[in-house]
Amino acid sequence: MRDKYKRIPVPVRYLINAVLCALFLVIVQSLISGGAISRYQSGILAQIGVYIIMAVSLNIATGYLGQLPLGHAGFMSIGGYSCAIFMMRLSDKLGVETADLLVPGLIFGGCVAALFGLIIGIPALRLKGDYLAIVTLGFAEIIRVFMLNIDSLLGFKFTGGAGGLTGIPRYSNFLNVFITVILVCFFIHTMMKSRHGRAILAIRDNEIAAEASGVNVSYYKTLAFVISAFFAGIGGGLHAGNIGVMDPTKFGFMESIEILVMVVLGGMGSMLGSISAATVITIVNQALTSLSEYRMVIYALLLIVVMMFRPKGLFGTYDFSLNHVMERLLNRDFPKRMNRGAKK
Amino acid sequence: MIFFQQLLNGLQLGSIYALVALGYTMVYGIILLLNFAHGDIIMVGAYVSWAVMTRLQLGPVTAVFASILLCTLLGVIIEKVAYAPLRSAPRLSLLITAIGVSYFLENGAQLIFGADGKNMTAIFSIPNLTIGSLTLSSTALVTLAVTILAMMGLLVLVHKTKMGKAMRAVSEDMGAAQLMGISVNATISFTFAIGSLLAGIGSVLYSNIYQMATPTMGSMLGLKAFVAAVLGGIGSIPGAMIGGFAVGFIEIFVSAIKIGQQSLSVWRDAVVFAILIIVLVVKPTGIMGHKVREKV
Repeated sequence: MRDKYKRIPVPVRYLINAVLCALFLVIVQSLISGGAISRYQSGILAQIGVYIIMAVSLNIATGYLGQLPLGHAGFMSIGGYSCAIFMMRLSDKLGVETADLLVPGLIFGGCVAALFGLIIGIPALRLKGDYLAIVTLGFAEIIRVFMLNIDSLLGFKFTGGAGGLTGIPRYSNFLNVFITVILVCFFIHTMMKSRHGRAILAIRDNEIAAEASGVNVSYYKTLAFVISAFFAGIGGGLHAGNIGVMDPTKFGFMESIEILVMVVLGGMGSMLGSISAATVITIVNQALTSLSEYRMVIYALLLIVVMMFRPKGLFGTYDFSLNHVMERLLNRDFPKRMNRGAKK
Repeated sequence: MIFFQQLLNGLQLGSIYALVALGYTMVYGIILLLNFAHGDIIMVGAYVSWAVMTRLQLGPVTAVFASILLCTLLGVIIEKVAYAPLRSAPRLSLLITAIGVSYFLENGAQLIFGADGKNMTAIFSIPNLTIGSLTLSSTALVTLAVTILAMMGLLVLVHKTKMGKAMRAVSEDMGAAQLMGISVNATISFTFAIGSLLAGIGSVLYSNIYQMATPTMGSMLGLKAFVAAVLGGIGSIPGAMIGGFAVGFIEIFVSAIKIGQQSLSVWRDAVVFAILIIVLVVKPTGIMGHKVREKV
């Protein structure tokens, strides 16, 4: 009899991944402080990180849950405004540096977005059909109108109205954005491997069968949607600190669609897909700002063509796992099509 | 007096929402697709009116026929090219394709015609009606009359003709309808044609009132019409009419309210969507809708 299929124990796997992530952060950070990556480029890097968070968070609702929220930019806007306003007000009150309040600020922004996700998720997700799409779309529109006009109704400066919220300290940089990216991806990954994640996937694959097997469909749908909104809020908070201005008109339908394009193109249900599509599209957007009209038409055509010929997106549901690659290398002599863990 | 005029304004706006909502409700009823591109068909119709009247100087009658015809054609082409290949695909793919089509039409129009609006003259102008001290806008009356006629025509089509029977059969059970010898593809195309024809009529009436065409005019109009369809009960034709008028009234009256010095008109879109959310919480089937039982 042959040897057993060699496995890498779980703590070692996590250790390897953590070391690799830390190595990536240290290398890029030293390149930035060494001047090899300019200020402008590191700003774009942070932008990429923000969009990775947006794409992987939308991927929870679209890829894993199989719903179609069209107001992801609305959650980004809520998170951004609440995080920025919270940090600016609190740093004035307490007299501390704004950057020191980053963690509570981001959590606050995420929680506010999650609260709104809960408020609209409960009625919309109870129903079968495409109501979530239209409700989230309408919700993002309400948020946009609210951010634009609340100042004149309140009578004092709160969101900055049409001029936007200006003077936000630039508290985001490459390091804190990418640490957040890694934490968010880690959380989503472990969640999807847990029984809660399996329940969410079961709902995507067959709602009726999942319900018959004892999955609380409404609860898990709402849970996935709220988590998606929470991370979108965090992404918005980092975005506010990266750009320094919150402009309410930016977070319209177009922005939601752009995030959706990232998820659909990369592959619904694949974190690798979302991350790579978010990276590529953000870079392309930066490179082609002069051709923005053509860009939008191309995105629209891409959506249609991808849906027709490769409905699962570029990567499908495939996800890269370093562990699988390493185990494959460790067991080179093992027959390739051997049914692992099967009977003798 | 002002109240009556606002009432008429509400009816006028509501007519257009109702016409567009009918297209949504018919398509949703037959293939359960939320056709995001429906609103943008209206935008294309408005540009056709503008091009025929202002660019080609061909007169209003040609403009009316050209835009209605092209809208109908566009609806059928969209169905054949983008939706028909995905008939057996998951609902999510179909919905994403619909968003892609809508996005494509909007940005395509922006690329061709530019982001700024195109002004045109009114398609038809009749002097206003005066009864005593009350002045009634004739545009509003014409809009209302055309809408009511179109809806009556639609009801006759759906309930009295053979094609209408086929449409109802396909929406009830696509597989069984096919077994009874109904051509499902032809029926679905016909439904899209009728829905887009109504959108074409809506587009002519809309450009007659606002006399302007912009690339994004269709998206907000379409969304509010969808709210109207949900409010009335999606899948129900009388429901779409009632919902359309309701949304029109709500919008006009919210715009008319003033708190202190401020008009609430900037909040009207928010109010319409808030109503959608409330309807979904309280009565998800809408005013006229009926509950559909889920079968395994």
